[in-house]
Amino acid sequence: MADEKCNVVEFKVQGQICQGTLGESLLSALRRHGFEVPSLCFHEAVSSYGACRLCLVEVKKGRRSKLTTSCNYPVQEGLEVQLDTDEVVRHRRIVLQLLLAAAPAAKAVRDLAARYGIEETPFVPRPEEDCIQCGLCIRICEAVGVNALGFAGRGVSKHATTPYEETSAACVGCGACADVCPTGCVKVVDADGFRTIERWHLKVPLTLCKTCGRGFAPEVHLTRMAGQAKLEIAHLANCPKCRGRAFAAEFRLP
Amino acid sequence: MENAELESILASHGHRPSELLATLQDIQGNENWLPRESLAHVAAGLNVPLSRVYGMATFFSSFSLKPRGKHVCTICMGTACHVRGAQRLVEHVEREHGIGPGETTADLRLTLETVNCVGACAMGPLAIIDGEYHGQLSTQTLGRLLKKLKG
Repeated sequence: MADEKCNVVEFKVQGQICQGTLGESLLSALRRHGFEVPSLCFHEAVSSYGACRLCLVEVKKGRRSKLTTSCNYPVQEGLEVQLDTDEVVRHRRIVLQLLLAAAPAAKAVRDLAARYGIEETPFVPRPEEDCIQCGLCIRICEAVGVNALGFAGRGVSKHATTPYEETSAACVGCGACADVCPTGCVKVVDADGFRTIERWHLKVPLTLCKTCGRGFAPEVHLTRMAGQAKLEIAHLANCPKCRGRAFAAEFRLP
Repeated sequence: MENAELESILASHGHRPSELLATLQDIQGNENWLPRESLAHVAAGLNVPLSRVYGMATFFSSFSLKPRGKHVCTICMGTACHVRGAQRLVEHVEREHGIGPGETTADLRLTLETVNCVGACAMGPLAIIDGEYHGQLSTQTLGRLLKKLKG
């Protein structure tokens, strides 16, 4: 308990005293305290990357204050944080203009930009593009332990992809990338007994649920899950819905 | 690339994932490009995801994922070379050999590359052919040099 207490740091947000734990990102701490900070590329489950630059805040440490992304800034004792100062908003608007040019087809970006009153961008837009290159899909794929995705290229041609822009042998089609994608540019489509993730050139057959007969997950994914959880594959023969129903039935009173 | 050769490169870097970049440089040095099978072998040998290897191979412009010619002609397009007519050198190679910057002749004999300054501005316009610097080039001299290349 004493140890835990040592890890707690106190800092101020717009004059209000807040607590955080050492090693925690400023953004997590802010959100935990109910402050609203916009971001696209941040996810609690994976390391921060600071790609979208939207979570800008003004941080004052000692006598110096600076603008920084809060997602990859560690909480520290005695910080003084200001959230939506004129300076922060001015910079965030520029970031949004850039994002709007980078991925004008992404609704999440357009909506966020609209909230800041930005409908148009002075930068050269990439029409049709809906990916902001935040790499969240790559980070989640790494966290899942599959590592099928990575960045390729550099500068303006940098993009998240599978090796050689074709079906990856490592991909199990779990769909974690689509779950976390902030712009929804990674799409998982389950239809006609196949799971398709067009962006990663993936098309794998779905295992059918033993009870309802619905295709619910790719076989490679189930085999991998069973191996990780040290379960018989038979345990995963039912889709989550039917499995839950069967489990609940055991507790039903006669 | 022979597997034994690859293994010896991997071994020379102690099979360390942190030496992925140096490993790729050695393969590029030996083969002049990074064959697909070699990258798969490296990924497996170093226990690094192929996605990471591919990312690194595509990040650095000194790596090539396409076969490159036996001879490489790099033409400097820096400011000094540019004003002294580097573009004419490139056009000359395009005309004579049918390849643009970054391309390789079908017989894998010659690859043309451009670079944005090699710091030898006093020598401009300048081309580096197989590692050798040739300055104050005219299209005729460049043509002669390229013709003289063996094989």
